[in-house]
Amino acid sequence: MNSGKNPIEDSMFFTTLDSIADVLRNNPIVKTVKGNPVVGDVVNWGRTSSLWPMTFGLACCAIEMIAAGCSRYDLDRMGIVFRPSPRQSDVMVVAGTMTKKIAPAVKRLYDQMPEPRWVIAQGGCASAGGPYNTYSVVQGTDLVIPVDVYIPGCPPRPDALLFGFLQLMEKIKKESPFIIEDRKLGY
Amino acid sequence: MVEKESVLIKKVKEAFRDAILETTVFRGEITHLVEKSAILSLCTFLKNDSELKMNYLVDVIGVDYQPREPRFEVVYHLYSISRRHRVRLKVRLAEGEAVASVANVWKGADWPEREAYDMFGIVFEGHPELKRIYMAEDWEGFPLRKDYPLRGFKDRYNPYGVDKEEN
Repeated sequence: MNSGKNPIEDSMFFTTLDSIADVLRNNPIVKTVKGNPVVGDVVNWGRTSSLWPMTFGLACCAIEMIAAGCSRYDLDRMGIVFRPSPRQSDVMVVAGTMTKKIAPAVKRLYDQMPEPRWVIAQGGCASAGGPYNTYSVVQGTDLVIPVDVYIPGCPPRPDALLFGFLQLMEKIKKESPFIIEDRKLGY
Repeated sequence: MVEKESVLIKKVKEAFRDAILETTVFRGEITHLVEKSAILSLCTFLKNDSELKMNYLVDVIGVDYQPREPRFEVVYHLYSISRRHRVRLKVRLAEGEAVASVANVWKGADWPEREAYDMFGIVFEGHPELKRIYMAEDWEGFPLRKDYPLRGFKDRYNPYGVDKEEN
């Protein structure tokens, strides 16, 4: 109390994250649970039901993304809640023309997002450069970061973005949810 | 409509007889082609003269007329809010030549001149901070020059660009 030290500090750090992860990884009960398809479905259901995209827009597609988030189309009703930080996000919506100047920043934001993470390329520009086959525009988001869903349109209507999110949900439902832990990449 | 003997032509020609190379009037728009060395003193005169009072610099533009010589042109659009008249000034520059900056006359010239530098590589002498404004700081070349490839150079972001060796 008067030493200025956190009293629970010693008990908090009785072990490392790595050792906890090792125990969980080699535990036969955990392995059985992970192998259960129902558990996988439940985890994927949880992930699809709370896709948190990052508040991040590049050009006019971002206006459609904002419209999709507002009351008329209301992404919130599907658990899609915009987050102000890449650390809290699951989905990056690349909304608009990506120039060569912003490409390193997009890459950095993607790297800052925790796994599992997904990317939606919204609109023609983000998908393949769109009409801008010019000196300054990146010819597709997939030249910078991996993309899960491409949405055509210039710009796509909010319905199209909504449909893109639904397609991403269908894709996540087919994933095996523990692949990162099993590859020992998570810690 | 501006008459031929507008004050914008008469007074400017009186004060800068040798520096005005050519004056054209098209649809009431007056354009002076100005000697490069006189642009700063002419702009100061246009701004401070009580009859002209060009207190608003609309834009500064760079143009590349390759293969014409001299290659570049800098165009100044001026407007007087109190007198309600406009004038256009043009300066011709060869490659590698610099023109005096008017950023100390009109503060609004700061960013347009940086844009002209960024896109054409036109150097404005006396500019407070002449650096790129649109392109990334490490960008090579000036993209609106006529000899710059339209689709840029090939790199990791653009597989359709031109190979650097070809150019």
